Amino acid sequence: MSLLVTVFRNPAMVRELLDGPWDLLIRQARHANLLGRLHELLDQAGELASVPQRPLNHLRSAATMAERQHLSIRREVDILQQTLARHGLPLILLKGAAYVIAGLPAASGRVFADIDILVPRDRLPEAESLLMQTGWVSTATDAYDQRYYRQWMHELPAMQHLFRGTALDVHHTILPPTSRHKPDPALLLEASVEIAACPGVRVLSPCDMVLHSATHLFHEGESDNLLRDLTDLDALLREFARTESGFWQNLMARAELLGLEHPLALALYYANAVLDTPVPAEVLETVRHRINGGPGPWLRDAIYRRVLRPQHDSVADWFSPVARRLLYVRAHWLRMPPWLLAYHLAHKFLFPPKAVSVPLDGERQA
Amino acid sequence: MIVSDLAPPELHRRLRSDGLRLSSGPFNCRIQTRISEIIPELIRLYAHHPVIPDDAFVDFHIAIETGRGLHRWFRPQARFLVDGVEPFTPLPRAQALPMIEWGLNWCITAYSQHVLILHAAALVRGERAIIMPAPPGSGKSTLCAALANRGWRLLSDELTIIRLDTGQIEGLARPVNLKNKSIDVISDFAPDAFLTAPVRDTTKGTVALMAPPADSVRQLGQAAWPRWVVFPRYVAGSRAAWAPLQTGAAFLQIADNAMNYHVLGKKGFAAVSALVDRCDHFGFEYGDLDEAIGCFDRLAGEA
Repeated sequence: MSLLVTVFRNPAMVRELLDGPWDLLIRQARHANLLGRLHELLDQAGELASVPQRPLNHLRSAATMAERQHLSIRREVDILQQTLARHGLPLILLKGAAYVIAGLPAASGRVFADIDILVPRDRLPEAESLLMQTGWVSTATDAYDQRYYRQWMHELPAMQHLFRGTALDVHHTILPPTSRHKPDPALLLEASVEIAACPGVRVLSPCDMVLHSATHLFHEGESDNLLRDLTDLDALLREFARTESGFWQNLMARAELLGLEHPLALALYYANAVLDTPVPAEVLETVRHRINGGPGPWLRDAIYRRVLRPQHDSVADWFSPVARRLLYVRAHWLRMPPWLLAYHLAHKFLFPPKAVSVPLDGERQA
Repeated sequence: MIVSDLAPPELHRRLRSDGLRLSSGPFNCRIQTRISEIIPELIRLYAHHPVIPDDAFVDFHIAIETGRGLHRWFRPQARFLVDGVEPFTPLPRAQALPMIEWGLNWCITAYSQHVLILHAAALVRGERAIIMPAPPGSGKSTLCAALANRGWRLLSDELTIIRLDTGQIEGLARPVNLKNKSIDVISDFAPDAFLTAPVRDTTKGTVALMAPPADSVRQLGQAAWPRWVVFPRYVAGSRAAWAPLQTGAAFLQIADNAMNYHVLGKKGFAAVSALVDRCDHFGFEYGDLDEAIGCFDRLAGEA
C-alpha cells in the first residue's frame, strides 16, 4: 500500500515519520493532486503540529492554492447563475464545484481543472449561446472533435472564458448516450436540490451525487485523478451516511432505478478496500456478489489496484503502464459501441492531436 | 560538507546517478543530469552550497535529461523534469545549464504559496536588506551582481522570498542571471567572479550565470530584515539620483511585482502592507556602477 493511502487511512501515523518518508509522502500527494486535501486531513485530525517545517510548507502552499481556487469557483458560479437566469435556466453544478457551493467535506483541500454544469438537453443550444455571449468559447477547434462531442458525447466540447481563463464543461447527462449504461437525465434534474445560501443554484441530490461520482470514477480513462476522485467519494459516503436517514437503502434503490448498480458496486468495493470507507456489511455483501460475477474480475482488479494509487514512480510496477493503457481502452469500450470505437480510434490514429507547447518564460512564471 | 569538498569524479557520479543533494537556503534540491558537458560549470556555480544527507527532506527533485528520440542527436534538446513531470517544452541542449535555473524558478513560484514571492533582487548589509523589484532591461541583475562583488551579501537575484509570519527575507544565494551587455560589464567590473561561458540565442538573448560569492552562500540562513525598496533604472550616461517614492505608489509597484499576490489573497495584502511599512522607498536612476555602489553604501551607512 502506498504511504499516501496509509496516511489517509490512519492520519495519526504521520507522528512517526522521519524526513525521508515525509519527502515520499509529499511527492505522492502532489502526484495524486491530494496535497491540499492532505493538509486538511492532518489539520482535522489535529496532527499538523507534528509536521516538520519543510513538508509543512508544501502542505500550506497547496492548501492556500485550494483556498484561492474555491474563491474563484464561488465567483464563477455567481456569474454563471446570473447568465443562465436571463433565460430562466437553472444552474445545476456537478462534481467539485457542487461540493464547494454545497459546503460538503468533499470540497476540503480540493483543486480543480474546470467547472462542470448540467443543462437539460433541449435547452442546450440556448445555454451555449448565452455562454458564448458572455465570453465563453469552445476550445475544440477541429471539426471532428466538435462532431465527436455534439453527436456522441454527454457534454459540449470544453469551453474556456476568454478573459478569466476558467474552463467549463457543459453536460446534458452524466454518461455518453452511446454508452452501456444510460441513466435518464430527467430523473437527475427532477431530484436536484437548491442550495439555500445561493438561490437559483442547484446540485444533485445526495444519492445522485454519489452515483455520479461512482459512475465517473469507473468510466474514466485517465488515471491521473482517480485516487483523488476516490477520496471525494469517500468523503461523500461518510457525510451522507451521517446526515441522510435511510441513506444506504435509498442509494441502492436509486442505483437500480438509474441502471447504475454496477459502477456503484465497484465504487463501494474499492472505496472500502482502498480507503477503508465504512460500508454496512450487508451492502458490502451485495456489492461483492455483484462484481465477482462475470468474466475477468481478476484483470479488472489488477488494473484498479494500480490506477487507484498515487501515479508516482515510487508505487509503480511493471504492470502499471499496462494498467493505465487498459484503463483507457476499458473507458472507451464502456463509452461507445464497437463500430464507433473502431471509427474513433482509427481517426485519432490517422490524425493525431497536435502536442501542446508550453514555452518556458524564465522571467515570469505564475 | 559543501559541494567543493567532493572531488569532481564523485560529483559527476552523483549527478549522473542518484543526484547531487544540496541546500539553497529554504529549498533543498536534488539535481540529476546525464548532460555531462554542463557539469563542470554547474559544480562551480554551486561550489559553496551545503551538501545535505541522503535521507534529508528534498523540496525539489529535478533532472535535466537529453531530448527524446531523434532529438537526442538531431537538433539536440534538453528537458527539465521535476519529480518525473515535465512542466514545459524542451529547449536546445546548449541551454541546459540556464534551464536548471529557470526550472528552479518555476518550481519555487509554482509550489511555494506559503511565502510571498517578489520578482526582485535582494541584498543585505548587516541585517538590513535592500529589495530591488524591476522589469527586465532595468539593469537590476547588473546592479545586483556588482553589489554582491562589493561587500553586499547576495540573498537573491531573481526571486525574493518573504516569510508571511515574520516579514523576513529568506536568502537563496543562487547564481545571478546576466544578460547581453551586462555579461561583459560584470566580467570587467569583477574579474575574480566566476561567470559561465555565454549561452547565445535564448529567449532573453545571450545569458551567462555568475556564481554567488562564497560569503553570501556561507551566511545563508542568517536573518535579513527588509529596510529599503529600490526600483532601479539604468539610463546610459545619467548621474546617479534617488527619487523618494510615496508608500501608496510603492505598494502598487510591489504588489505588481509579487508573483503570487493574487494567490495569497488577504495574506498577500497583509504581507505587502507590512513590507511597505517597514521600508523606505525610492526610484533610482544610474549610469555608472561605481557611482551607484557609492550611493548604496552611503544609504546603508546613514540608516
